[in-house]
Amino acid sequence: MIMDFVKFTINGKEVEVQAGISIIDAAEQAGIDIPRLCYDKDLSPVGACRLCVVEVKGARSLVPSCVSPVTPGMVVETHSPAVIKARRKVLDLLISNHPLDCLTCEKAGDCKLADYCYEYGVKESSFEGERHNYAIEESNPFIVRDLNKCIQCGQCIRACDEWTGIHNLNFAYRGFDNKPSTFDDLPYVESECVFCGNCVSVCPTGALTERQMKHKGRRWEMKKVKTTCPFCGTGCNFDLNVKDGKVVGVTANRASAVNGRSLCVKGHFGWDFVHDERRLTTPLIKKDGEFLPASWDEALDLIATRFKGIKDQYGADAFAALSSARCTNEENYLVQKFTRAVMGTNSVDHCART
Amino acid sequence: MAGLATTFGSGAMTNSINEIPDAEMLFLIGTNTTEAHPVIGYKMRRAKRKGAKLVVVDPRRTELAEIADYWLRLKPGTDIPLLNGIMHVIIREGLHDQDFIKERTENFEALEETVKNYTPESVSVLTGVPVNDIYAVARLYATTDKAMLFYTLGITEHVCGTDNVMSVANLAMLTGHLGRPGTGVNPIRGQNNVQGACDMGALPNVFSGYQKVIDPAAREKFEKAWRVSLPESPGLMIADMIEKAHAGELKAMYILGENPVLTDPNSNHVRLGLENLEFLVVQELFLTETAEYADVILPAASFAETDGTFTSTERRVQRVRKAIEPLPGMANWQVIIELSKRMGYPMDYTSPEEVWTEMASLTPSLAGVSYHRLEAKGVQWPCPNSEHPGTPVLHTGSFTRGKGYFQGIDHIPPGELPDQEYPLLLSTGRILYHYNVTTPYSAGIQSMWPEEASELNPDDAARLGVETGDKVKVASRRGECVTNILVTDRVPPGMLWMSFHYKNSPANALTSAALDPVTKTGEYKVCAVKVEKIQEVGTCGGYM
Repeated sequence: MIMDFVKFTINGKEVEVQAGISIIDAAEQAGIDIPRLCYDKDLSPVGACRLCVVEVKGARSLVPSCVSPVTPGMVVETHSPAVIKARRKVLDLLISNHPLDCLTCEKAGDCKLADYCYEYGVKESSFEGERHNYAIEESNPFIVRDLNKCIQCGQCIRACDEWTGIHNLNFAYRGFDNKPSTFDDLPYVESECVFCGNCVSVCPTGALTERQMKHKGRRWEMKKVKTTCPFCGTGCNFDLNVKDGKVVGVTANRASAVNGRSLCVKGHFGWDFVHDERRLTTPLIKKDGEFLPASWDEALDLIATRFKGIKDQYGADAFAALSSARCTNEENYLVQKFTRAVMGTNSVDHCART
Repeated sequence: MAGLATTFGSGAMTNSINEIPDAEMLFLIGTNTTEAHPVIGYKMRRAKRKGAKLVVVDPRRTELAEIADYWLRLKPGTDIPLLNGIMHVIIREGLHDQDFIKERTENFEALEETVKNYTPESVSVLTGVPVNDIYAVARLYATTDKAMLFYTLGITEHVCGTDNVMSVANLAMLTGHLGRPGTGVNPIRGQNNVQGACDMGALPNVFSGYQKVIDPAAREKFEKAWRVSLPESPGLMIADMIEKAHAGELKAMYILGENPVLTDPNSNHVRLGLENLEFLVVQELFLTETAEYADVILPAASFAETDGTFTSTERRVQRVRKAIEPLPGMANWQVIIELSKRMGYPMDYTSPEEVWTEMASLTPSLAGVSYHRLEAKGVQWPCPNSEHPGTPVLHTGSFTRGKGYFQGIDHIPPGELPDQEYPLLLSTGRILYHYNVTTPYSAGIQSMWPEEASELNPDDAARLGVETGDKVKVASRRGECVTNILVTDRVPPGMLWMSFHYKNSPANALTSAALDPVTKTGEYKVCAVKVEKIQEVGTCGGYM
C-alpha cells in the first residue's frame, strides 16, 4: 500500500504526516499534546467537547482538531491565546454543572477534567445556574453511575457500541437534561447491560467508577500490575490494582496486545475470588474423616512418604497427576516433570478437553 | 486437538484473534463466542458491522445466531453430515480450490468419495437444515476470500469429536482457506491456559512442545537434562485414570487446580473412582467438590500471587505477574519444588523464569521465547530462536506435517439419544457470567447470577406444565439434579440446555458416559434426560 504524506506547519514547525489523519493525531506525532475529553483514538471521533480546538490560519473560527484532517500547507497553532481562552471557557462551562467534590471523588488523581482545569487554571465556574441532582445509581455490584459528574463526552456510549457491540447506551433528553442513558432510562441492572465495564474504562471523570474500588484507596496509591486474565483462553491483559498487599480492583490497560482496553464482566469484576474468605490458606490433613489444619512441613512430609511408599509397593504406574489448564505454564511444566522424573510415570493429564 | 494434529500436524488455532475485524466471512460452528469468549465475540460483532458475512451453526439461538446472515439450526450431533453436505455442493459446483488441493494436500479422493453420498437433500433430512441454506452457505464460504472458521466444544464434546474437527479441517482445505491472514481453522480454547498446559506436556503422551514420549531421541534429551531415566510408554488420560482407580490399579493421585467432580462428565462415576484411591492430594484455592475426597489438601496460590506465563488460544505466550504475596505462604511452583526435594529429587529453581528457561531450552517451538521478550506484547509460537518474530498464522508455506491430509468421514450418531423413557436431549455449556471454577467465589458475580436457569422450549414447557422460575428434577440414566427453568425459544423443542457452573445444579451428574475414542473427551453436548416438575417444599437450600 502506498501511503500519501502531507506537509503542514504546527506551532511554527514544519512536519510531514500521513494524508487524511486528524490534526490532533498529527500533533501527537509531532510531540504536541492537545487536550481532549470526548476524543479517544480507539473510538470514532465526534467533535463534541470542543476542548481540542486549535487555530488554523485562514479559518473563520477555531476548529476542533479531532474531526479536522490535516491538509497540505495547513498552518496550525495549538496553544495560541485565542485557543487558550476558548479552552478555559469550555472548562468553565463544563464545571458550571459538575460537583467539585474532588476531596471524596473516587476518580481524584485520575480525572481528565480535573487535570485540564489544573492545566488551564480554572478553579471555579463563573456561571451560576441550575444544577443537576441525579440519584447515584448503585443498584448493581460492579459499576457506580453518578451522572452528576457526566460531561456528555459520549465515550461510554461509543465504547458500548463500538467495542462491546451491545449499544445499550445513547443520549437521551434535550439541552440541559441531555445525558447518556439506557433504553427507557432504566438502571444498568434492568437494562441490556452485560457489565463488561468498558464504559467505566473510557469515562474521563468520576461519572462511572468501579464499585469494588470504592473507598479502597486513592488512585495514586494503587500499584498497577499488568497481568493476563485467568478466565477463558482469549488472553486479555489488564492491570491489577494493588494497595497494602491486597488486590482492590482491575483497570484496563491500553497496551494490551489482544484486547486493548476491552474487558468482560469476568475479567473486570470477577477477580475478587482472590480475597474470598473461603480461600484455603493452610494445608489440611484428613484424620478420621475430618480435615485438620497442618503445617506445610507436616503436610509435605506426609505426602512425600505416602507417594514414595505407594511407588515402592505398587510401582510407578499406581500414581497419576492432574495438572491444570488454569495454572501457569511453569506450574504445568513442573507437574509433568515431577510426574515423569520423580514418580516415574507418564500418567499426567489435565482437562484439556473440557 | 487430535483431529487437527492428524490433518495438519499441529492442533492449535491456525490464525490470530485480531484478524477477525478485517475478515470478510466468519463461519462459526459449535461456539457461543459472545458468552464463552466475550472479547473475541466483540470482535466478531465488529466484523459483522463492517460488512462481514456471518454464518452460525448451532442448535441454540445464540446472540451471534440472532445477527447471523445464516443461522443453521442443526440437530445436535449432526455436524459431520452438514459439513459433508456443504462440501458436496462445493465439489459438485467446482468451487473447490484445485491448486491448493493439488499443491498442499493429499488423499482428496477419499473425501470426494465420501461426500458424494451426502446430497443437500439427504443432509437436510438428517440435520434439519433447509436445503437452500446448505447451498447458500457452501457457495458463500467457497467464494469468500477471507473466511475464518471457528469452533469450540460444540464440535469436540461429542463421541465423534475428533471426526468433527477433521471435517471442519476438510472444509477449510477444500477451499484453500488456510495459511493466510483472515482464514484458518480456529478452535477457541476454553480455559485461560489450556493451550499452555498442553504445550508444557501436561499430557500423558508428550513432553513440552509435543515431543513424543515414545520417541527415543526426545526421551534421551529429557533424560540428559533431568539426569534421570524416564518411562517409555504413554501414561493414562483422565478418563482412564478414573477407570484404573475404580479397578484398584491406580492408588495415588496429585490433583492441582482441577475439579473433575464438577466438570467431568458422569460425576458419580468420578466420585467413586476418587473414593477408591489409597491416597489423594488436592491442591486448590477452595474446598472444592474434588478436594472433599482428598487425604491432604494443599492451599494453592491464585494467578495474582505468582509470576509465570499463560498461553492464549492464539498461541500467544504472555506474562502473569505477581501482584501480591501468596496467601498460603508459598506459590504453587515452590510447593512442587519442596515436594520434589523431599522425595530425593532436588529442583533448584529460584524463580518461575528459571523454569521457563529450562523448558525453552528443551522445546524447539518455544526456544526463542524468553521472559524479556514477553514484556510488551507476548510472543506467538512457534518461535524457534531469539531473532524469530513469532508466528501469527500457521501453515503458510506448508503444513506442519507436510501435506494436509483429507479424510472421508461418515456420520456417527451420538452415544445416547432421547427415547421414550428419557425424552429430552440435554446439552450443556458455559454462560457469560461464569467460568469453570472460580467465579462462584466472586461476591458480585454470585450475587447477580446465583443459580442455574436451565433453558426449555415453550412447547415442552407447556406440555410439562412448567413456567420460568419453576424448579424441576432432571434425571438421566446416570444421575439427577434439581434446577430452575427458564422457558425460552433459544433452545429448540425437545432440548434442555444447562450450564455446568452451579454446585446445586450439577449438570455433569447427568451427562453421558460416552467418550470420543481418540481423545477420551466426554460427550457433554448430547445425552437423554427426563424432566419432572417438583413442588416447592420450603426452601431448596441456599447456594454453596
